[in-house]
Amino acid sequence: MSATQAPSAFTASLRHARHVVTGNAVTAGAFALFFLLLLCAAFGPLIAPYDPLASNTMIALQPPSWAHPFGTDQLGRDILSRVVVATRLDMTVAIASVALVFALGGLAGVAAGFFGGWTDRVVGRIADTIMAFPLFVLAMGIVAALGNTVTNIVIATAIVNFPLYARLARAEASIRREAGFVLAARLTGNSELRILLTQILPNILPIMAVQVSLTMGYAILNAAGLSFIGLGVRPPTPEWGIMVAEGASFIVSGEWWVALFPGLALMLAVFCFNLLGDGLRDIVDPQRRS
Amino acid sequence: MSSTITENPPLLEVRDLTVEFATRAGPVQAVRQVSLSIRKGETVGIVGESGSGKSVTSYAVMRILDRAGKIATGSIGFFGIDLPGLPEREMRDLRGREISMIFQNPRAALNPIRAVGRQIEDVLIRHAQATRATARARAIEMLTQVRIARPEERYHAYPFELSGGMCQRIVIALALACRPQLLIADEPTTGLDVTTQKTVMELVTELTRARGMSTLLITHDLGLAAAYCDRVVVMERGRVVEDALAKDIFRAPQHPYTRRLLRATPRPGARLPDLLPEGEAPPLDAPQSAPGLVLLDVIGLVKEFPRAAEGGIGAWLRRGPALPPARAVDGISFQIRRGESVGLVGESGCGKSTTSMMVMRLIDRTSGSIQFDGQELGEIAPRAFTRSPLRRRIQMVFQDPTDSLNPRYTAERAIADPILRMGDLRGAGLEARCRELARLVGLPEALLGRFPHQLSGGQKARVGIARAIALNPELVVLDEPTAALDVSVQAVVLNLLQELKVRLGMSYLFVSHDLHVVKLLCDRVIVMRQGRIVEQGPTEQVLNHPTADYTRELLAAAPSPP
Repeated sequence: MSATQAPSAFTASLRHARHVVTGNAVTAGAFALFFLLLLCAAFGPLIAPYDPLASNTMIALQPPSWAHPFGTDQLGRDILSRVVVATRLDMTVAIASVALVFALGGLAGVAAGFFGGWTDRVVGRIADTIMAFPLFVLAMGIVAALGNTVTNIVIATAIVNFPLYARLARAEASIRREAGFVLAARLTGNSELRILLTQILPNILPIMAVQVSLTMGYAILNAAGLSFIGLGVRPPTPEWGIMVAEGASFIVSGEWWVALFPGLALMLAVFCFNLLGDGLRDIVDPQRRS
Repeated sequence: MSSTITENPPLLEVRDLTVEFATRAGPVQAVRQVSLSIRKGETVGIVGESGSGKSVTSYAVMRILDRAGKIATGSIGFFGIDLPGLPEREMRDLRGREISMIFQNPRAALNPIRAVGRQIEDVLIRHAQATRATARARAIEMLTQVRIARPEERYHAYPFELSGGMCQRIVIALALACRPQLLIADEPTTGLDVTTQKTVMELVTELTRARGMSTLLITHDLGLAAAYCDRVVVMERGRVVEDALAKDIFRAPQHPYTRRLLRATPRPGARLPDLLPEGEAPPLDAPQSAPGLVLLDVIGLVKEFPRAAEGGIGAWLRRGPALPPARAVDGISFQIRRGESVGLVGESGCGKSTTSMMVMRLIDRTSGSIQFDGQELGEIAPRAFTRSPLRRRIQMVFQDPTDSLNPRYTAERAIADPILRMGDLRGAGLEARCRELARLVGLPEALLGRFPHQLSGGQKARVGIARAIALNPELVVLDEPTAALDVSVQAVVLNLLQELKVRLGMSYLFVSHDLHVVKLLCDRVIVMRQGRIVEQGPTEQVLNHPTADYTRELLAAAPSPP
């Protein structure tokens, strides 16, 4: 406040981001984990020590060793390589479905909260209808009906998350509908649609960002869950859900590592996104920037 | 009375109190080396503007500072007990029984889902002042003492069923129920109407005097402190700058800050430039040009709101006769001429804001006519008015400078908004115009790149004004533009508005609850009550020779320095 010249918006946000990350060890850890996941997703096939699809029955079901830190599966494939390579697919499904629901659910919710009336009723009833089903069963049904592809997993995951986004955005938009700055925007000649997009939407982004991070974890779980029961991704494609499913039958016979490591990767990814939510909110909320 | 007071030992003795808050930029001292004492039976006022540390001082006494704040040095003695060293458990017993507090927002201070009588009982039982058997009678007795009509009935009322003034009386009843020695009142009447303020303050004074209690009144309003306190402590930026008897502080203020505060307080007989610090009066002394032709002509304007809970399935099932809709504005007519400023005054709920919203076309009218420069505005639906060429000729300055700025727009972007939507300047021309507007309203250019949360209240108010005048409107509606500002900032903003009006030839509709503020800026005044106009005329006449009883009541209720 005392500086005569306000620093440019970009350097200010950067400095703020640094403050948030360094000020909170948990957030810093979550960000580190997030970058590790991104790294695996981007360069997975290059980093992986072995070909994730190359089977070698000579070394099937070997426990973790220096050559194979995560052990090998029933076909002798290196589990570490498969876990690393699977990151890309799991992250893509999660990010794509969250992006889809963020755009559709967020916009529908904001419109419902801002315009009220019929828009509100239609969006509200759609959300209620979706909420009336057990969400995972609904996702199963959607994938089964639309066809067993990765695209349909993305769509199904987006649909089951729709009510969360629509309701959150609706609540936040309706609080701001009569705010002073919205009235002011109306007086300065902004059309209703423009007010919605330039005044209301940017101001509820911080809250939505937290939701994105939380549902990201849920989206990964949902995609892996669908694969686990045999929908969506099919073997031998490396994917955490399938790998856990395949490993499950070996737990009884003592080969714990086949299911453990992909499960651990799944758990860490979900954990990371949930923690990231808090950090993200601190970065995008201008009220906290001082 | 004051001779007996001075012989008493002090009830509360604060010595060299420093309160620190831990922030990101290191510890910040909100209160520095503050010393003050209150004797038994004395009423002391702490007066200061926002950020002066007056509330923090009282929180330190009550030990209710938030987690980041701590008492760094100094002592607080109450009856010889050292409060900062007291265990929390004993402090809890003291709060409410010996020292109690009333806050600014009475509705927020009450539990919304518990009947008010029950809440008084809870306090009595908590501090062992009554048993379950006797609590009810005591609670009703307290309600009677704070002059709640029909206390037996109101005992069962919930806070939402009572008006703001009544809620504050309940809070007072809660605070006084256990007969404490000291009452701390933190802005007890801010947000209440002046007539309510008067009754609440008189009630507090009367009850505390009858019980021989001491009162610490925390307020930003020097007039209020003058009217009800024996002694006044003036605080500025965490320090006590003056501590004197109330009558002395107004007759002979010692500290320059006190003098500045006194000058800035609107009072009878003062003109607009008188509010500014000496030597800072604006150069041009408003060459009063005669008002021109009629710009806005409101005839028989009515706004009805449907009663809540009517309509829908409930009404259809009952099929009873529908209740008549509530009339917020009940057939009012007035005119505003070019270059004239008209004040619209009334207490909350009188329909003044609804009137201004209809003139601004933010809401539709029920019936009546609003003619602007000969064209009928009432015929244009509020949503369609956005595209009307008339839109740019009528603008508004909002009450809350914080709420009315988009938190994600810089000051420059906020000022540029009307030009981008309705003007034709772009690029360098737009930038130059924004800088020109900033200069006009006295906003330093370096602040144009800042976001609202990086600006002070006065700076935000200037941004709001710059935005309103960006397209050279002919009529500007000012909706309590200074209600959220400190008096010294209010003085500057009022002068700025007057200067802009003369320079740009605008007309103002000034909506306010405060007659003394309106009188400074307006040529004519309209007094509203319950949706109707009770009196209108030239400012001098309405203020000096009011014809309506209500106007007289309003004028008498406003506290003013002696």
